Amino acid sequence: MAKRIDVSGLTAYYGSHKAIEDISMTVEPRSVTAFIGPSGCGKSTFLRTLNRMHEVTPGGRVEGKVMLDDENLYGSGVDPVSVRRTVGMVFQRPNPFPTMSIFENVAAGLKLNGSYKKNELEGVVEKSLKGANLWNEVKDRLNKPGAGLSGGQQQRLCIARAIAVEPDVLLMDEPCSALDPISTLAIEDLIGELKERFTIVIVTHNMQQAARVSDRTAFFNLAGVGQPGKLIEIDETERIFSNPSVQATEDYISGRFG
Amino acid sequence: MKTDIEPTSSAAESPSKVRTRSTGRAGDKIFLGLSRGSGIALLVIMAAIAAFLTYRAAIAISKDEANFLTTFEWNTGSSPMRFGIAVLAYGTVVSSIIAMLIAVPIAVGIALFISHYAPRRLAAPVAYVIDLLAAVPSIVYGLWGALFLVPHLTGLYTWFDDYLGWTGILSYQGGAARSLFTVGILLAIMILPIVTSVSREVFRQVPKMHEEAALALGATRWEVIRMAVLPFGRSGIISASMLGLGRALGETMAVATVLSPNFLIETSLLDPGGGTFAQNIASRFKEAGNDGRDALIASGLVLFVITLLVNGAARMIIARRKEYSGTAA
Repeated sequence: MAKRIDVSGLTAYYGSHKAIEDISMTVEPRSVTAFIGPSGCGKSTFLRTLNRMHEVTPGGRVEGKVMLDDENLYGSGVDPVSVRRTVGMVFQRPNPFPTMSIFENVAAGLKLNGSYKKNELEGVVEKSLKGANLWNEVKDRLNKPGAGLSGGQQQRLCIARAIAVEPDVLLMDEPCSALDPISTLAIEDLIGELKERFTIVIVTHNMQQAARVSDRTAFFNLAGVGQPGKLIEIDETERIFSNPSVQATEDYISGRFG
Repeated sequence: MKTDIEPTSSAAESPSKVRTRSTGRAGDKIFLGLSRGSGIALLVIMAAIAAFLTYRAAIAISKDEANFLTTFEWNTGSSPMRFGIAVLAYGTVVSSIIAMLIAVPIAVGIALFISHYAPRRLAAPVAYVIDLLAAVPSIVYGLWGALFLVPHLTGLYTWFDDYLGWTGILSYQGGAARSLFTVGILLAIMILPIVTSVSREVFRQVPKMHEEAALALGATRWEVIRMAVLPFGRSGIISASMLGLGRALGETMAVATVLSPNFLIETSLLDPGGGTFAQNIASRFKEAGNDGRDALIASGLVLFVITLLVNGAARMIIARRKEYSGTAA
C-alpha cells in the first residue's frame, strides 16, 4: 500500500516563471514528511507536482522525475487521472462537495472508480469515517449536507474522502491553517494514526506542528522575490529542529529569518 | 502620520465635532429618500397596471357568452361575443416547452464548452457571438423563420412523419411548415443566448476548490463537471431557463410572422395551426373594437398568471434543495 516517493531533478513552471528548481528528495513510506519554509518558496507547488495537480493550473508545467516505487508519474503514457487516484490530497480550506451529503462525499471517489454495491459502499464509508475519527460525530446524520459540519469536521470529512479510495500516498496542503487549535489537535492526532497505513506529506507554516507530527522535515527557501524556490535540506525532524546542517534552516526555525 | 492619530483622541473628547465634520449624513438621507421613493413608485405603478388590466378583463369576461377558459373560438366582432383562451394557452405552453427542450441542453453544452473546455483564445469570441445573437431584433428572427426556416423544415417534417408519424403528435400532412413545432424551433434559437450567458456565468463562479477536490480524487474532466460544476450550477441553470422561458412565453413578432394561426388544437405538432397569447394579441389588436381589446387584455392577464405560476414553480424547485445549494458553504 504505502509507497516510497523518489523525486529527482524536478523543476516546475507557471508559464515562463520558474517556481521551483531542481528538487531531489526521497519520501519514506509509512512516515510523515513535513515541508516548511517561507511563503512563496514553492512548497505547495512542489506538493502539487506529486499528484500532477500542478499542471491543472493554466501554464503549469513540470520537468524531472517523480518515482512512486518503480513507476515514473511523469512517464510517457501515464494518465494524470490515474495518478490522482493513487495519490490523494487534502487542501488548505476544507472543501467537501456542497451539493452532497456526508455519505455521498465520502463515497464520491469510490463511485469514480467503478460500481459498488450499496452495502459495500456503506462498509467503506463507515471504515473511512472511523479512520478519520469522524464516525461517532456524524453516524446519525450521514444524509445531511457535508457543508453543515464545523470547519474541523469538514476537514476530517475531506480526509475520510481521500482515504476512502485507499491511496498509496496522502498529500496535505496546510490542512490545519483554517482551523482552531482543538480541531488542529484532532487532525494532528489523526495524522499520527494514518501514517501506519499511508505515506504522508504535509505542508505547514506552523513549525511546532512540523515538529509534533513529522518524522522527517524538508526546508524550502528562495533567494529573493521572483527567484525559484529550492530545497535547502531534508533530514530527521529532530535534527532539523535541534542541529540543522545549513545556517539558513537554523535562521528560519529560530525566527532570525530575513 | 500625525493626522492619522489625532482623530481618535479628539473623537473621544468631543463627539459633536466629529458629527459636524461628517459629510455622509445629508447624502444618506437623500439616497434613502430616492431609493425608498423609487421602490414605492414601482409598487404603485405595478398596482395601477394590475388594477387597470383586471378591470378591463373583468368587463370583457362578463360579456363573454362562451366559456372563457375552454372555448375554441375568438369572436369579438359581433354581439354577443364568444371567445376562449384554450387554444392560445395550449399553443403558448406547447411551443415554449418545445423551445426549452431544444434550447436548454444546447445552451448548457455551449456554456460548459466556453467555461471549461474551450481554450481561452476561442472562448471569448464564441461567448461574444452568442451574446450578439441576443441583440438581433425579434422581427428579424421572424422574417428569417418565415423565409428560410419554414421552407427548409418540410424535409425534416416529412422524415418525422415517415418514422414517427404513428405517434400522432409527429405526423405531417404536408403544406407550409408554419406550425407550433416550427415556432418552438425558432423560439429555441431566440432564447439560446440568454440561457447560455447566464449558465456560463454560473459555471464560472463554481469555486476552484470544489473542482480541485474532484480532480484530486482522480476525476476526469467530465467527472469534475458532473460532481462539482453541474450540481453547483443547478439552481443557476433553472434560473437561466426561467429567463428564457419568460421570453419564449411572451414572444410576439417572431411567432406572428411564422405561425399560420387558426383556432383549433391540432393533434400533430407539425401541422400548421394554433396560436399563442402574444401572437393573438398582436394580430388582432388593430382591428379590434373596444370590447375586443378588453377581451385581448383578458387573454394577456392569463399569460401573466401562467408566467407567475411557472416562476413560482421554479423557485420552489430551487428552494427545496437550498441546504445543498453550496451557498451555505
